[in-house]
Amino acid sequence: MTIALALEQLLNGLQLGVMLFLMAAGLTLIFGVMGLINLAHGSLYMVGAFACATVAAWTGSFWIGLVASLVAAAAAGAIVELVVIRRLYDRDHLDQVLATFALILMFSEGTRWLFGSFPLYLDIPPLLQGAVGLPGGTEYPVYRLAIIAAGALVAFGLYMLISRTRLGMRIRAGESDREMIGALGVDIRTLYTVVFALGAALAGFAGAMVGAIQSVQVGMGEPVLILAFVVIVIGGIGSIKGALLGALLVGVTDTMGRFLLPKLMLLFVPPAQAGMIGGAIASMLIYIVMAVILAVKPRGLFPPAHA
Amino acid sequence: MDKVMVEPVLQISNLVKNFGALRATDGVTLDLRPGEIHALIGPNGAGKSTLIHQICGTLRQDSGSIRFAGQDVGALTVAERARLGLGRTFQVSSIAPEFSALRNVMLAVQAKEGSSFRFFKPVMRDKSLIDTAMAMLERVGLTARARVPAAELSHGERRQLEIAMALALRSRTFLLDEPMAGMGPEGSKSLTRFLDGLRREAPILLVEHDMDAVFALADRISVLVYGRIIATGPVEEIRRDPAVRTAYLGDHA
Amino acid sequence: MLTRENLVNLILALGLLAVPLAANALGQPFYITLATRVAILALAATGLNLALGVGGLVSFGHAAFFGIGGYVAGIVAAHNFSGDPLLFGFSGTNQMWIIWIVAVALAGLVGLAIGVISLRTSGVYFIMITLAFAQMVYYFAVSWPAYGGEDGLSILVRNQFPGVMTMVPLNYFLICYIILLLGIALFAILRASRFGAALQAARQNEVRVATVGIQPYRIRLTGFVLSAMITGLAGALFADLNRFVSPSMLSWHMSGELIVLIILGGTGRLFGPLAGAALYVAFEYALGGVTERWQFFLGLILLLVVLFARGGLLGVLAGKARHG
Repeated sequence: MTIALALEQLLNGLQLGVMLFLMAAGLTLIFGVMGLINLAHGSLYMVGAFACATVAAWTGSFWIGLVASLVAAAAAGAIVELVVIRRLYDRDHLDQVLATFALILMFSEGTRWLFGSFPLYLDIPPLLQGAVGLPGGTEYPVYRLAIIAAGALVAFGLYMLISRTRLGMRIRAGESDREMIGALGVDIRTLYTVVFALGAALAGFAGAMVGAIQSVQVGMGEPVLILAFVVIVIGGIGSIKGALLGALLVGVTDTMGRFLLPKLMLLFVPPAQAGMIGGAIASMLIYIVMAVILAVKPRGLFPPAHA
Repeated sequence: MDKVMVEPVLQISNLVKNFGALRATDGVTLDLRPGEIHALIGPNGAGKSTLIHQICGTLRQDSGSIRFAGQDVGALTVAERARLGLGRTFQVSSIAPEFSALRNVMLAVQAKEGSSFRFFKPVMRDKSLIDTAMAMLERVGLTARARVPAAELSHGERRQLEIAMALALRSRTFLLDEPMAGMGPEGSKSLTRFLDGLRREAPILLVEHDMDAVFALADRISVLVYGRIIATGPVEEIRRDPAVRTAYLGDHA
Repeated sequence: MLTRENLVNLILALGLLAVPLAANALGQPFYITLATRVAILALAATGLNLALGVGGLVSFGHAAFFGIGGYVAGIVAAHNFSGDPLLFGFSGTNQMWIIWIVAVALAGLVGLAIGVISLRTSGVYFIMITLAFAQMVYYFAVSWPAYGGEDGLSILVRNQFPGVMTMVPLNYFLICYIILLLGIALFAILRASRFGAALQAARQNEVRVATVGIQPYRIRLTGFVLSAMITGLAGALFADLNRFVSPSMLSWHMSGELIVLIILGGTGRLFGPLAGAALYVAFEYALGGVTERWQFFLGLILLLVVLFARGGLLGVLAGKARHG
């Protein structure tokens, strides 16, 4: 019974980790290649979720919605890059923070304008409804397993993209030496737009998938964004490998902490307080983990060599 | 005859630094004695910068020791070494660009005088800070430019400003990283004269590409090639050294 | 010396005083509250300005200190009201000056803890880590039910100050106004001191500071803690203004807003935070009256300021910042 429950929580942690990776990969890629800190990444997550929910409602198909989420987020990313972001590459981090903070205000308020304040709902596609049995007798939703699988697939695809393709080669070149890539004759402005749109698409994809298990609403991207920051800080900003391991670490630590800490507290304090204290510590757990990691390795677990 | 053992101010022994497979500093042993100018020369990429970084403390050596002013400084931070009296200038001038020349030097004076943890007295009404700083600026000939933001100073003036800051620290040693770089012939000449006098105050480890200046100033020269010192000695000896001529001076001499 | 900047500063200070006085005479207490809000936000941003403007430390987590100040006021007042002991037999107080001391001390302690770790890093890492630590405090407040959790905590009666009727809006404004001026004065003194010189130099050129023998880390940590304390004090005032404190004071939007105030006013400028806060509250009020979607336009304006008018309001009014 407890083992099955723990397994369920572990899977939930994995699912959260996979989602965080999709967010963190874009953030860390954008930072690694362009040196830009993008607070508005959570807005692109939201754009993906809204696009998916809207299109799925029109067409009746989650799958078309999912494609729409990729297209919408990538398009929003490309437009934002062309209009605003590319003016920020040479600016200091403070300007980047402020400008992208301004973008959050505009995205959030703009979305509220278009869709109103009520959350949208997105149904899980019939193909992925239902549950499978876990060893120990409990059941686990197929959709969540599908999210884990999709995330793993994207992680693998991203790895192949970066290590095996021409685009990936250019990205790696851009990470190690911005001048060299210019010398290679690569159109750096186009590359930047493509990378930004790619990161945006990953965020939008994550938003669409999570949209089916949570409500689709303004501000949904912000908690995820901050967790993704924790992920890339832990992993080392600019490192995709760090983002993957950091995401899984954060996802599992957060979920298991919320599950286990209140139980653990029962050993020390009366039941009435155990839940409260355990819950409060659990809510801070990943930040404590982050602090410990940074105290030992200030540049994260996998700091990019050139930085 | 007096047998006074002159103890070196700076003594570097068997210093090693690797970057991955590359051995950037390969068993360097070097000393700097009171009153001398010791020039460190070598082709680009020989590891001069890496060596300087280790002496100042921005890089930590892998092995070997650095003794300065009678103590092992190999584990100290940049600031701690500076407080012991290791004054330096940079290959590319390093100044606080928004501050005036005067305030740059005042920063050094306040560091020398002791605490920067004084929260109330305004520095611009602190006569002792200002007077000492102005005296240093006068020595390097920047009095007229004292109130100009450092960012607006010319290249040569920034070099002078850095030296004024090192003077303000009453450094026991000056570590000058290519002070002549980018100076016009006139500037080089006057800086050479200035450094010639400066050695009486404290010995100078001079990293320099300008061979005229090196030959004019140096008491001793060490030649660094591929992270190793291939020769150390008086100017004439180095000029004649066949290994040095092939490795380095060939196209200069 | 009456430079153009000093003149603008004087006008700002007198303007902030004149608005509530006029509002009081005309019987419009709403504008007094608005002016009090400006004063408190300006104080909070003045604290951040010490770290961000003077020290170049882009803290995206100052809401933590603002909120901690607020919660100190709320919690101490709640215990005073209920009579339940808080700590060591101390069962709260309704005396503002005690609350202020506790708020400043606690914000400073938390600032020390956050600073010790965050300042080992720099650049983007520092931004994200301060943000993350503030989120940690935020989630703690949300998940700790004893003091209202997500719903926040009301202060039933505004806390007291000896000899002043604090419930009278103008009186409370004057308290906040005087503290703001003291805060700005403290900022000016610190900035002009040896400590301030080292802090500014560490922003401009860290290597240079170390090379003259000053440890940048210690200077920055001190600056960060002082900055947290000032912002914490503002938080306590803010809670008493609204007679309410909630996790929203700790949220990352709050951190963002504090940075926005500084940028709108002019980074590192003595009266930048006041100019920024006045502008911000005016925007909020004016745009909020015209459209529900004022935050969209706030974002747009902010974006334009960042992209095209980097000196902020004081940059426009008083010219470029000067350093002695």
